[in-house]
Amino acid sequence: MLTQESQPRVPADAGPQGPGQKVRISRFTPAGLMTVAGAAAGALGLVWVLYERVLPLSGVLGFWLSWYVVFLLFYVAMARIQWDWREVSHRLATVAFVTGGTLAIVIVLGQVVFTLLRGSGVVIHGNFYTQSMAFAGPLSPLTSGGVLHAMVGTVEQIAIATIFSVPLAVATGLFLAEVGGAVARPVRVIVEAMTALPDIIAGLFVYALFILTLGLQKSGLAASIALSVTMIPIIARASEVVLRLVPGTLREAAYALGASQWRTVWNVVLSTARSGLATAVVLGMARGIGETAPVLVVTGVTKEMNFDPLQGPQMSLPLFIYNYAHTEAGRAAYIARGFGAGFALVLVVLLLFTIARMIGGSAPGQLSRRQRRRLGRQAAQG
Amino acid sequence: MAVTGTPAPTPAPVDDDRPRTIVAPVAFGDRVFRGLLRGAGLAVLAMTASILVFLVLQALTAFKAVGIRFFTTPTWFISTHQFGIAAILPLGVVIAVIALIIAVPVGVATALFISEYAPARMRRALISMIDLMAAIPSIIVALFGLYFVMPRILGFDSWLSHHLGFIPVFSFGLQNYASNYASATFIAGVVVSVMVIPILTSLSRQVFSQAPQGEREAAYALGATRWGMIRMVVLPYGRAGVIGASMLGLGRALGETIAVSFILTPVFAFGYHVLESGGNSVTFMIATHLLEAGPTEISALMAAGLVLFAMTLVVNTLAAIIISRSRSGATASAD
Repeated sequence: MLTQESQPRVPADAGPQGPGQKVRISRFTPAGLMTVAGAAAGALGLVWVLYERVLPLSGVLGFWLSWYVVFLLFYVAMARIQWDWREVSHRLATVAFVTGGTLAIVIVLGQVVFTLLRGSGVVIHGNFYTQSMAFAGPLSPLTSGGVLHAMVGTVEQIAIATIFSVPLAVATGLFLAEVGGAVARPVRVIVEAMTALPDIIAGLFVYALFILTLGLQKSGLAASIALSVTMIPIIARASEVVLRLVPGTLREAAYALGASQWRTVWNVVLSTARSGLATAVVLGMARGIGETAPVLVVTGVTKEMNFDPLQGPQMSLPLFIYNYAHTEAGRAAYIARGFGAGFALVLVVLLLFTIARMIGGSAPGQLSRRQRRRLGRQAAQG
Repeated sequence: MAVTGTPAPTPAPVDDDRPRTIVAPVAFGDRVFRGLLRGAGLAVLAMTASILVFLVLQALTAFKAVGIRFFTTPTWFISTHQFGIAAILPLGVVIAVIALIIAVPVGVATALFISEYAPARMRRALISMIDLMAAIPSIIVALFGLYFVMPRILGFDSWLSHHLGFIPVFSFGLQNYASNYASATFIAGVVVSVMVIPILTSLSRQVFSQAPQGEREAAYALGATRWGMIRMVVLPYGRAGVIGASMLGLGRALGETIAVSFILTPVFAFGYHVLESGGNSVTFMIATHLLEAGPTEISALMAAGLVLFAMTLVVNTLAAIIISRSRSGATASAD
């Protein structure tokens, strides 16, 4: 009974508990549920009377905020009648964390749902995917003009940025995980600090380097470089985590067979960590694809299709949103187009994230159960 | 001798499983290999250094023009050389602080909910959802902030200023029109907090879920309730991790550009009345001014960016050190 399994294998209401089954600490009881419901209803009544009728208060959000506070107070009082303080604090914490956590998740999820809802009216028009904004003015209906030029720009920029950043980032991850040494410590600290680099600084850097120092034009290439500056630390950090999960026994086995270090890394470490590395890269791409601030200052805004990342302004999805929902916002059709592009961007990020989950298990560096079993088998018997 | 193909069988497990120290002469190929990897690591260092160098070089003009007054001047008059970050930097910090005041309790509570209270069946889904939300681009948050939060929060702002106006921060000196509440520092802070909450939740949850099972069971065996167990085991175990996560969140909030520029209208005087319309931040100035700027203003913006970069680098490095030193945070990652 004392050794609890970490995963409950039995349904909650499975009869008397035998040895090896999880001891359930808390359980819903009618009394507990009714206390919550009673406190909620009582608080609603009291707050309504005081807030709307007696005190000079007004405002919807303020009402619900007051209601929540009064609800918690009522709940404490009602629980105190039935249980001792220890039980009351436990129950109060449960109610507060469950309601607070659920609310936060709903809000965080709400921003995505909001964008999807507002954008859904635009993305049902086929021309949204097949036209640029070249022939669509502020008064054009949603049945003309689209985001094709921004999609082309986004795809080209993220592709170039990935080509730039992946070799360097994975090599850095390998350096941190496989070589180490005195240099590795500062590199690791800097890589970690750079993962949270303000995205506008990357744009500022590329602006200073390309446009002010080298005298080049604004272009898609400059945006790609700004994106790779933000992506390199993210991918490097994630690949280090993944590479560290490769069992040391595999390396030792390779060494014992007389393999050199680079052979070991090439044939054993990299092939073991392949799916995790792919996850790291895809997550880096998902981060890079939505970066707005870096591309804002180094590629110009355009309505035209531009396939050439080397010259001329090139649009991308985030920049499209920034332009139509903020800079030129005012016309309802423009704002709607901005939300349409937001819809597309959210879908792309969702898609990348799902791909990352499918190839790499639940998190960067966490192997799926099947992979872990396979590794375990390999390590145990070969 | 080179090995190709699948990894070879490992030697039978020995009882004594301390790693052997392997002493081997480093072959030529390995030396090249290590050199290459070290080069990659150094390249990342060089990248960071060159960001600093280029920003410093570009900022020199501005520093030459106004010198130390760059840090004490609140106004932004480029042609008369009266520009500085005395207003825009603290205004940006206030936004980040508001965001953290909201995000830290909410993020920690959500993390505890996911790791301790949510049914085991839902937990995996909740975890992937929060991780996904941490990857949602800030421009989506900005859309949400400008078109959903802003119109709906104005009434609450007015409510705050009416009923809690005796607290200096919430006092409101302008006329009670909706437009005087719009585009305020407080709204920007709320919107940025929506962006920071998933990051903070994700990091804190990783830390909380690593609290040792043995200690949890020990607390239960001593008669603790679940809340008692959380207070005695999970929170002390995760404290350093949460502090580090909050600082990473602070770094994010300080560097947030797009959501802030969607919301704010610029002002150039520091004030703590966060409900009053108008605010500013270094990122906002760069995003809105860089493209139309002349040489001196570009330099001034570079200087402001340099200060911000240095500040976030310090905050993030401290956060990384706190996390890696802590008992819990060694394996938590920022993404």
